[in-house]
Amino acid sequence: MTIAAAVGPARRRARIAYLLLLPGIAWLAIFFIIPLISLFFTSLQVSTGSSGKYKAGFNWRNYVEALSEYWEFFLRALIYAGFATVLALVIAYPLAYFIALKAGRWRALMLVLVVAPFFASFLLRTYAWKTILADDAVITQTLNALHLLPDGRILNTSIAVIAGLTYNFLPFMILPLYAALDKIDPRLIEAGSDLYASPFTTFRKVTWPLSMPGVVAGTLLTFIPAAGDYINAELLGSTKDKMIGNAIQTNFIEFRDYPMASALSFILMASILIIVTVYIRRAGTEELV
Amino acid sequence: MAWLRSKLLGIVAVLVLVYLFVPIAVVAVLSFNNPEGKFNVSWNEFSLSAWGNLCGVAGVCQSFILSIEIALIATLIATVFGTMIALALVRYRFRGRGAANSLIFLPMATPEVVLGASLLALYLNLRLPLGFWTILIAHIMFTISFIVVAVKARLQGMDPRLEEAAQDLYASPWQTFRFVTFPLVLPGILGAALLGFALSFDDFIISNFASGTTVTFPIFIWGAAQRGIPVQVYALATLVFALALVGTVLGQIVSSRRRRKLAASS
Repeated sequence: MTIAAAVGPARRRARIAYLLLLPGIAWLAIFFIIPLISLFFTSLQVSTGSSGKYKAGFNWRNYVEALSEYWEFFLRALIYAGFATVLALVIAYPLAYFIALKAGRWRALMLVLVVAPFFASFLLRTYAWKTILADDAVITQTLNALHLLPDGRILNTSIAVIAGLTYNFLPFMILPLYAALDKIDPRLIEAGSDLYASPFTTFRKVTWPLSMPGVVAGTLLTFIPAAGDYINAELLGSTKDKMIGNAIQTNFIEFRDYPMASALSFILMASILIIVTVYIRRAGTEELV
Repeated sequence: MAWLRSKLLGIVAVLVLVYLFVPIAVVAVLSFNNPEGKFNVSWNEFSLSAWGNLCGVAGVCQSFILSIEIALIATLIATVFGTMIALALVRYRFRGRGAANSLIFLPMATPEVVLGASLLALYLNLRLPLGFWTILIAHIMFTISFIVVAVKARLQGMDPRLEEAAQDLYASPWQTFRFVTFPLVLPGILGAALLGFALSFDDFIISNFASGTTVTFPIFIWGAAQRGIPVQVYALATLVFALALVGTVLGQIVSSRRRRKLAASS
């Protein structure tokens, strides 16, 4: 807080703050909060018998049906997103570490390059993986020669879906990791090696704990969109790899089963919320101390 | 061996950057392809026909221009709203600050399918006609949070003593903002706006819910995927990427030159 803010006419300053907040917060209230409430009531609507038409009600059975019909889709989404998040962390960490602590004059340019993929179409990039992972492409051929692929192929398997998810959300992992690593005083890491700690011990005892805020933020920003994604499963997976996002999308737009799609959305949000809360508790109490 | 070990981290970092660009390179290469069948997925022969006739497929350019229009308007509005929120959150203490912070964070913690589905539920309940306006509303909504986060980071990195100095010299709050805060935060705002533009221009999941029969560029790509995406789409996407990359790199060079000059003169 600035000194001027402390001694200034506090009430007038608060009024300025509320005026600054008003348009943006009102927009979010009307087009984010109210739609969520609207979605909740839609999830309890009752079918009228004709397709796409529902009337208001409190039909909690929608949730039971959603879970019993689509529990596998939920499970798959959480597992795929979990794998993709861990892989993204492993891939992103060295790059973020290098940019934050070693890149010197290349730092600004490397940061631009990390954000640059956002400017190339998400759909086309995912589609490009079809070419890269195709059955007759180098990667598949090589892995097949080494007998490393259980299905003999990558495309249209869960491996392709996880690979696509890992790739697509990687910048969301790199940027928070970079921000956290950038705040570390390099002298702390030097002190570790001065005290004869091995590079690995220094990393485990100094760098990793200090980068924890970035790890938490990055894993959340990767896991959440990955768990709700349906593009990768649709373009790179087979029909057996469909995730909960696919179920929500088809129920809403194709089947026009709005109550079912809404119930699925709420279960997805609730499960993400639970996982996130448990995860932040864990990361906050055990790892940070 | 010692050389390799000392350079290992740098090599891994460069490899990760390369990995980020492999699919983009594939898109760029395929934009010069003359595909054998309908599907532009494997290399056949070199051709400039798509680049020479960018609008050669029905609907491609309409959807491209529509996406640019929506992204420009959405970015402008979201940047103004988002910057105002960031200023309020960083520079002021007031009741409800925690709640405002959570309200900013929540849309980023909500999967896009849920954002899209909930907006469509509202639109349907209100019987709003789907199209340009419903897409625009959605884009402003999901861009605001990202802008707030980006501008907030810039404001927090700013030395508060600069603003205090201006106030000590009897600058009004508006003058302080206009001549001290704003010029210092401007690079952060521009960066945030650029990110907002990219997110809006490229959004498919939310737009697909909010669009009805209106076709944005990503929706065009999705629709074309079943029949084979025209090569023109690859060329347009490559063009956007190249322009953005050249623009940001040039911006970086200019701003680092200016910083060096300032450092040299002071």
